[in-house]
Amino acid sequence: MAKVKGTGMAAVNYPTGMNLGGDPSQALIHATTTGTFIISLSSTDLGQGLKTVLAQIGADALGVPVDNVMIDTADTDTGPHCMGTFASRATHRVGNAIIMAAQEARQVMLDVAADELEVSPEDLETDGQGNVHVVGVPSRSIDLVSLALAAHFKYAKTISGRGMFMKPKSEVDPETGAMDPDSTEAHACTVAEVEVDTETGEVKVLSIKSAYEVGRQVNPALVEGQITGGSVMGMSHALMETTAPYYPAIDHSPGSFSDYLIPGPADIPVIESVVLEYPSSNGPFGVKGVGEMTANSPIPAIVNAIYNAVGVRITELPVTPEKVLRGIEEKNGS
Amino acid sequence: MTEPKLNAVGQSIQRRDGLGHVTGKTIYVDDIKFPDTLHLKMVRSPVPHALIKGIDFSEAEKVPGFVRALTHEDVPNNIYTILKLIGVGPDEEPVLAEDRVRYQGEQIAAIVAESPEAALEAAGKVQLDLEELPAVFDVEEALKPGAPILKEWGTNYFVYEGHHCRRVRYGDVEQGFTEADYIIEGRYQTSPIEHAPTETTGCLVKPEANGRYTVYTNTQALFFSLDNSALILNLPFNKLHFVGGTVGGGFGGKVDVIVEPIAILAAMKTGHPVRYVFMRDEEMRVSSTRGAWRMYYKDGVMADGRIVARQVTSYADAGAYNRHTPYAVTKHAANVAGPYNIPNVHIDAHCVYTNRQPGSAMRGFGVTPASFALEVQMDKIAETIGMDPWAIRFVNAYRNGDIKPHRKEVEDATLIETMQAAAELVGHPLPEEYKAMHSNDREGGNHG
Amino acid sequence: MPAKIVSFNLNGRETEVMIQPMTTVQNLLREQLGYTATKVGCRQGGCGSCTVLVDGEPMAACLLPVENIAGKEVTTLEGITPDHGLHPLQEAFFENFATQCGYCTPGMLIVSKALLDRNPQPTRDQIIDALSGNVCRCTGYEPIIQAVQNAAQRMNGHQGE
Repeated sequence: MAKVKGTGMAAVNYPTGMNLGGDPSQALIHATTTGTFIISLSSTDLGQGLKTVLAQIGADALGVPVDNVMIDTADTDTGPHCMGTFASRATHRVGNAIIMAAQEARQVMLDVAADELEVSPEDLETDGQGNVHVVGVPSRSIDLVSLALAAHFKYAKTISGRGMFMKPKSEVDPETGAMDPDSTEAHACTVAEVEVDTETGEVKVLSIKSAYEVGRQVNPALVEGQITGGSVMGMSHALMETTAPYYPAIDHSPGSFSDYLIPGPADIPVIESVVLEYPSSNGPFGVKGVGEMTANSPIPAIVNAIYNAVGVRITELPVTPEKVLRGIEEKNGS
Repeated sequence: MTEPKLNAVGQSIQRRDGLGHVTGKTIYVDDIKFPDTLHLKMVRSPVPHALIKGIDFSEAEKVPGFVRALTHEDVPNNIYTILKLIGVGPDEEPVLAEDRVRYQGEQIAAIVAESPEAALEAAGKVQLDLEELPAVFDVEEALKPGAPILKEWGTNYFVYEGHHCRRVRYGDVEQGFTEADYIIEGRYQTSPIEHAPTETTGCLVKPEANGRYTVYTNTQALFFSLDNSALILNLPFNKLHFVGGTVGGGFGGKVDVIVEPIAILAAMKTGHPVRYVFMRDEEMRVSSTRGAWRMYYKDGVMADGRIVARQVTSYADAGAYNRHTPYAVTKHAANVAGPYNIPNVHIDAHCVYTNRQPGSAMRGFGVTPASFALEVQMDKIAETIGMDPWAIRFVNAYRNGDIKPHRKEVEDATLIETMQAAAELVGHPLPEEYKAMHSNDREGGNHG
Repeated sequence: MPAKIVSFNLNGRETEVMIQPMTTVQNLLREQLGYTATKVGCRQGGCGSCTVLVDGEPMAACLLPVENIAGKEVTTLEGITPDHGLHPLQEAFFENFATQCGYCTPGMLIVSKALLDRNPQPTRDQIIDALSGNVCRCTGYEPIIQAVQNAAQRMNGHQGE
């Protein structure tokens, strides 16, 4: 008859990209007459913030301020093909496509600036503030608006670019399973602290503390959003959720938020994290996908913490109070 | 050309759509309205497995506002082709049931009416003549002789190039088991769960004057959905125009192309805009789940903690239809042994059909259940041999240059560094030996 | 069934509508009047996405017949948003990254406004209590709680403690 605390850990990897590859994405960039860069896509933002991070990647690949970059998505008439947002693929694939398109657009930009400034393109750099100037001589510069107007109306050039990224599709050896499933791996290690009520079997998660390695954070606040949201979803997966409470029977399947249990704001633990960056060899600026991984490591960490608390190793999800109590009873030999 | 510097990347700039979200001005599919829109509701099977003997629409047709019903006979190519589009086959799920239903909730007929209430009332008055069949709900039961069979090809499993499961064979596990000091087994089971996004799956189809159809949808994959819809409807692909990109929560639940094809068909047949949006109980009881997974581990472990042999037999509960589960089972097979350096690995990963709501993609597809099982198994190993749980991971952690069981060389490994950082975050002291490890410290990997 | 006429105050404007009996406030707002900030999440009263204020009290518009708001003041997110700029709660949600997909956000803002209107300096537990009828599947709630705390500080004249 007590509340017993326990700690558990879990360490996981998570692959980036549609399994086996063969999932292309394209991007088209064009500049308006006054130096706004429009990146046309057919990619979807599920709420994770794709439209924001892609603008950041585009801005740095072009060498222009992020406020000069607009993301135009999603319309299959105007946006080029994208396989979709899933498998932690979008920032990686679409980001790479944008970088490729940006390189082409940037070259045109520098060529026009070179003509205007009467230097060669190799002598120029972008300052990220909206100007192109001679390396080491910031006073010899041209701003993006002037540059765009010149391109359109003086040189008859389109500052635009095309990009595409695809990891070639890998076959799978039917006998050995040999395959190349992913572009890169992200990693997570979670330590969960729980409190188990030995009288009711209820488990309260006190804290979820994790280290994540994600290659490169394009937007740290949005990464943190995935960590916090994913930790809560992982906890939910471990302790609450089921569409088949009597699995494998199909009886009593929930049909509303009253009987499909998910956490409310009173259920959330303390969530702390540290993010490591070891740039991947093939992601845009070293990015690795992060959106799915964050819900994975909390699950076994919580289950392992329950074992640490009360010596009951639950092997079937969700961990319900009933399962905990039965486990305690069995352990005590009653 | 000089390289640009990083100015925006790495900054926590504000969300592009944040102002739209906080003012309520962000537009979602259900916020888009056109006059004279019709509403589609589905007639669904009340039982998990049955032959369809007949459907009687006569009472439904009398409901004021009823416009028409659609059955499989109206669908030009009545088969979902989502697997074909990612190079996996066969496709076997009908858009509308033909001669039988294989899960409770399977769609049988679509009712189109002037209001959602009329559509629901009419759908409720459709009379189904069903001959119930025995049903199977357990993955291992489904593979036993005598089990009710779900598939036309006579089995309850997906065939992977002639095999009844996805196989990984690396080294010799039997040899590994004979050398091991301990054999540790475990059985792990995850539950099917729901994505439960706050916005349900849905679309609105508008016939345009030029003969094209604009489909406003919250799919996670626009071209994927467009292509699949065109194949099902036998339409030239350029007749369809998909618009979306703003999704009120996806988590993998909006990649099944489950609403667009039939809604487009209804728009084609009626000439009106048609809205088909899942109700919450449909979202929970009918739309794809994360399928349940059952995994059996048998590990051969040395006294010093090294796992020398790992055998995993797993069963993915695909439910009544493939959806994307066959794909996930391959992904699962590539991850179920874990980020560890194990010289002998044997994996049999099955994709099994049962008479339940189909599973499909959900955040972590195929890997979430694997990570759960293998990390609980790692703790079990630690306890059995008397090692610290952190130690067992460090001893087995993979390095760059190691070869994974599916024979891909490890690169971008950072498991060790990530664990070190987590230990530091929580103040867990690590022995010097583990603090000194890093992912590049094994010369030549484990090729030798 | 014969239609009814119902008069009420919507976002400060006297409004008269003609409805079929038992039309929900949710359908009235979204289908008839074009105010789509109030969302549809479940139509079961279980998720809070459709929350509006009726005489300052949060109510699930999906379960509320229009007849029941006769003569009352109804506030939706459109009514809280100023013509220019943002309400401090909206600023706080924006700056604290308290939205991801944004679908629960209108409901969260509505219940937060109701809370701060009656309790300008709520404790964390009181904030949690006020948000407990609203489902969020993306954020894990923590940034929303912090946004409300932050908004309370702004509205009380503090510059972030």
